[in-house]
Amino acid sequence: MSAEDAVVRQAPRHPADGGADGTILQASGVSKTFGGLVAVSDVEFAIQRRSIVSIIGPNGAGKTTFFNVLTGLYKPTSGRIEFDGRDVTGARPDKITALGIARTFQNIRLFATMSALENVLVGQHVRMRAGLLGSILRPPWVVTEERSVRERGRDLLAYVGLEPRAFDELAVNLSYGDQRRVEIARALASDPQLLLLDEPTAGMNPQESASLTEFMETLRDDRGLTILLIEHDMQVVMNVSEQITVLDHGEKISEGLPDDVRRDRRVVEAYLGTQGEG
Amino acid sequence: MRRLRAVRQSRRANLILAVVAIGLAALVPFFFAPLSTFMNNAVLALAYVVMALGLNIVVGFAGLLDLGYVAFYAFGSYTVGWLASDFFAYINGGKGVHVIAPQLLSSPAGIHVNFLLIVVVAIVLCAVVGALIGLPTLRLRGDYIAIVTLAFGEIIRVFAFFGDDIRFGKHYLLTNGRQAISPVDQIELPLLHQFDSAFSLRPYYWFALAMVALVLFVNFRLRDSRLGRAWIAIREDEVAAASMGVPLVKTKLLAYATGGALGGMAGAFLGVYYNSVNANQFQFGFSIFILGMIILGGLGSIWGVVIGAVALSFINTYLIPSLNDIPEKFGLDFDFTTLSFGIFGFLIVLMMVLRPEGLLPERRRRLELTEGMGAGDEQLFEVRA
Repeated sequence: MSAEDAVVRQAPRHPADGGADGTILQASGVSKTFGGLVAVSDVEFAIQRRSIVSIIGPNGAGKTTFFNVLTGLYKPTSGRIEFDGRDVTGARPDKITALGIARTFQNIRLFATMSALENVLVGQHVRMRAGLLGSILRPPWVVTEERSVRERGRDLLAYVGLEPRAFDELAVNLSYGDQRRVEIARALASDPQLLLLDEPTAGMNPQESASLTEFMETLRDDRGLTILLIEHDMQVVMNVSEQITVLDHGEKISEGLPDDVRRDRRVVEAYLGTQGEG
Repeated sequence: MRRLRAVRQSRRANLILAVVAIGLAALVPFFFAPLSTFMNNAVLALAYVVMALGLNIVVGFAGLLDLGYVAFYAFGSYTVGWLASDFFAYINGGKGVHVIAPQLLSSPAGIHVNFLLIVVVAIVLCAVVGALIGLPTLRLRGDYIAIVTLAFGEIIRVFAFFGDDIRFGKHYLLTNGRQAISPVDQIELPLLHQFDSAFSLRPYYWFALAMVALVLFVNFRLRDSRLGRAWIAIREDEVAAASMGVPLVKTKLLAYATGGALGGMAGAFLGVYYNSVNANQFQFGFSIFILGMIILGGLGSIWGVVIGAVALSFINTYLIPSLNDIPEKFGLDFDFTTLSFGIFGFLIVLMMVLRPEGLLPERRRRLELTEGMGAGDEQLFEVRA
């Protein structure tokens, strides 16, 4: 327990520029079944460091389930997941967050009645140390910690483009676009190496989508982040992805460069249905 | 910068309010006779404030509905019964065990420990019990947590009730069952005379007030801390909280343990103050009584809970007995006091219909109730604690 904690407490080291290549996440033979329903079936999946990759597929293809398995919300029925050289199969969500995976949700799941800043403070939970007694007695190191996470929280909110006057606004009162921004800031707050975005452009107009695409590239280039996204907007997917994985009925049916995937007959069939029958 | 100042200002406002309120409350005994009924009721009200602020951490902050809070009253009181009376009369060959014991004892036999140490023991014991009660609820949500905690409270009561059948060795019982463990040593603090409730209730009043100050401090500090934010995050959306790195098990258990510890502290005080510990005190209705206080005041709102606790406590000690004549006038024959828990239940219903956010609502709660916000509607069925 304590040894595990010690590993987790350490902020993840960002790879030196020299070692920028290599696999950051490796999923081997991952399956997830609910009773008789196979949601994810024997998926092989790998992400290279500092890349932006996408998972696409029709509704109900198992994309979000796969996300939930990667982030520890679900335990995989079988298979193995390695992150940054460590076996994280079946690890708890907070441990996985501590190791350096952060995520956003398809339907925004901010803490609605906390302010934007407080949301980002919760995101920094794994990078803070104050416990029960520290919180009550508030010794100098806790005061310092509290001050520095608040400062960092404001920096992050500014970084994702939130107006300073919105920092103390309750999340529920923010506009849809701002809520999306705060959710990304909250995810960044845990200082991740790998960021999982579940349909980040849902409900955005083309202009907003384009600027988010740009922002993803900035995140990778400035912060050395690796980004995995689930996305329905093909324009975004084709523009930003270095690699696309296609799921259908829980199985991986195609994988490769955007142009290859676009031409893959099985992908077209999955989306449009099989031709030439009857 | 503006924000920082705002935070500091609101903190300062709370501090000033707390100092003024407690300062004024400290003067109250000078206006009433040392043994007056009012003093007695005021001491009880203060002890209930401590209880309610403890429960507020579990229910108000972390959103875990606990219907078995009476368990901590029981454990706190029995800590006093065991460690400050002649209940274990045969221990040490009848000579008793004394640890910084007060000067005046009803009998030297049994265990006699200084009350401050007893409070520490009660806090530790109830924190552990709190965590144990929490364990089976970790995989549950909402209503189911309430059912488990309710059952747990009843289990503790039944153990207290039949504790005189549970023997250790030849001479030692677990509890005295329906018979009271009494008398109990009165409080003696370092450098002060031993309290004497036959002579004056003022020292008890001030001691209870000091506990209120301490518990207020703990509540305010925790609310604006890493832990407090984690509790609120769990209350709002467990799945999102876990995904943001909040360890659900640890954080929830800390809420149960902290709430339990404060309840145990109040329980120990009430044990001494009543000068008696018996199983009939630990009824399910007491949990509802305390829950009613925080609902009346406003879940999660610290000042609201203080007001709710004082109000309900005085309703219990003044308003309800004053209604006792009414049934007779209508030719009915019953006491309103026997219906008090029914009346509290009715008050909770009334409150839920008319003003669910409480008398002095917390900003967040009001939003949750009016906008239908709060716990994620979309369920992930397998969120792992």
